[in-house]
Amino acid sequence: MTDERPTVAVWKFASCDGCQLTLLDCEDEFLAIAGAVRFAHFPEVSRASVDGPYDLSIVEGSITTEEDARRIREVRTSSRRLITVGACATAGGIQALRNSAADGAYAGAVYAHPEYLSSLGTSTPIAAHVAVDLELQGCPISAGQLLEVITAELAGRRPVLPSHSVCQECKAAGTVCLPVSRGTACLGPVTRAGCGGLCPSLDRGCFGCFGPSVGANPRALTEHLLEEGTTRAEAARLFATFNVGNPVFGDQAAALSAPERQGGQP
Amino acid sequence: MASDGDAVIDRHGFDALIAELRRRGFRTRGPVVRDQAILHDEVSSTGDLPGGWRDQQAPGRYRLEQVGGPELFGWAVGPASWKSEFFPPEEVVWRASVDDGQVTVTEPDGTTEPVALIGIRPCELSALDVLDRVLQGGRVVDDRYAARRAGTFVLAVDCGAPASTCFCSSMGTGPAAGSGYDLALTELTDGRHRFHVRVGSPAGAEVLASVPREPVGDGDVAERRGVLEGARAGMGRVLDTDGLPGLLDGNIDHPRWDEVAERCLSCGNCTLVCPTCFCSDVDDVTDLSGSVERRRRWASCFDIEHSFLHSGPVRASTSSRYRQWLTHKLSTWWDQFDGSGCVGCGRCITWCPVGIDLTEEVAAIRAGDRETVGDAS
Repeated sequence: MTDERPTVAVWKFASCDGCQLTLLDCEDEFLAIAGAVRFAHFPEVSRASVDGPYDLSIVEGSITTEEDARRIREVRTSSRRLITVGACATAGGIQALRNSAADGAYAGAVYAHPEYLSSLGTSTPIAAHVAVDLELQGCPISAGQLLEVITAELAGRRPVLPSHSVCQECKAAGTVCLPVSRGTACLGPVTRAGCGGLCPSLDRGCFGCFGPSVGANPRALTEHLLEEGTTRAEAARLFATFNVGNPVFGDQAAALSAPERQGGQP
Repeated sequence: MASDGDAVIDRHGFDALIAELRRRGFRTRGPVVRDQAILHDEVSSTGDLPGGWRDQQAPGRYRLEQVGGPELFGWAVGPASWKSEFFPPEEVVWRASVDDGQVTVTEPDGTTEPVALIGIRPCELSALDVLDRVLQGGRVVDDRYAARRAGTFVLAVDCGAPASTCFCSSMGTGPAAGSGYDLALTELTDGRHRFHVRVGSPAGAEVLASVPREPVGDGDVAERRGVLEGARAGMGRVLDTDGLPGLLDGNIDHPRWDEVAERCLSCGNCTLVCPTCFCSDVDDVTDLSGSVERRRRWASCFDIEHSFLHSGPVRASTSSRYRQWLTHKLSTWWDQFDGSGCVGCGRCITWCPVGIDLTEEVAAIRAGDRETVGDAS
């Protein structure tokens, strides 16, 4: 009897593994997933690997080496559908900080012998290299959203993924708005929903780890933050984290880091 | 002047009112202090109410502080509105499962014990009236809303402490409760802490009759008048409603829409704190077993997907989305529901993370009206 379950491959590029581990964290549903699909390649789960083609490839991580730039094209060629998960794969990740830094500045700060490294000067999202069928934002991604994407793929329907702001999740959860009620610096109004408003529910402003919402206006939020007493350096740092490689956040971080011009925009 | 049945109760009488409503099987819900804001939760006595708390509100700013004193209602509305009591942020409409080729559809049981709203403000009472018209007053009745709304007991409290963001006087919805209540209280603190009670329904009269009360005196009437006059005078904002629907209709190309879009985050907070915004999205979601759930959740006209038709969003720009919200609320709502969609509670001003003020936007459009209309004609 042939196994007719769709084959799924999970691929890692420059990343921390956190997003693919999110799949294993779906503890209550993982056996159901493993029953509905055949994991043909998933090194975090099994050393066994089956050659492609694959029905669905789930790709984590960014492209930071020549070798990975070649490998992602192979993955694309052998995959019917390819979805990218996490800030690294969709925006370049925290390692994309190096994209706007002086050559080797980060490598020199982190490694004792950066001359042993063989990597590109940039960290770029998967979609900059190959066609991507769906991007799932987050650092890490939400287990619920990943499950929804896999379920929707299996059912052949469009996944339900909000493109709006985290604010709407805070409101649905009944979380009192931290910026308004306490003056907390919070990226929620410009950040894509998906986390359920996790940080604000724990009295912490949104880090923006899900990247920009569709239609985000980070410039207007920045103006307000500066008026309320956030320094330019603090505001720049807010935007220069996991999604700095997404121009919506990255350009804002760069504008804030640039020397202040007379009468210039923040 | 006191009307028949009106009375004065003290705090013990108020406690007795709440106890009587609970004895009659109502879930008693009212304002409480939680997470540094006035929110809604179960209240079993006046001890649960926000005694001694005052709020400070401004565009994009809300602070709550304990100032002491006997007042239970010395604050204006917080971020929560009573909308979520009857129209929750997310709910399952139905579930379907397939078993041996048979599709079974089940609807969650929407029936609940009736709720008594303790301390609902006049602006919020008007907002409920608006929602009633929208969700159960037309040809199509929202059954789940209607089931939750049925048998609601309304114990309103007139507003004596409007915020700087309030403008219910402009909208004719406050500071005194006009109609739609079973009992309406006015908190009086001059000399002795007590409440002037107005009766708005037979059910209200019946409940009031069961608690210790005293007749209304001239001093009570005078103090109540003073409280309401003070509230009108303390209203922080004004919205000039003269010819408002026509004004907005005639200015859809006004440059102000682009200007406000420069500041607007398109985050949707204004629509979610609004006590009358009723838009929702419906999603069908499958699970791995093949079961389907139809879910309804609050939606916002600030979402790009809200106006998504077959080839893309109709309102792709923030400018067009802000305009949609404001013109619907203040203008086309009249065409659709024969009334204003705005009750003047000021939540959208306070809870906008960057403090955009709709009264200021309307005033700017009014100020530029002559010029714009002149250009267009």
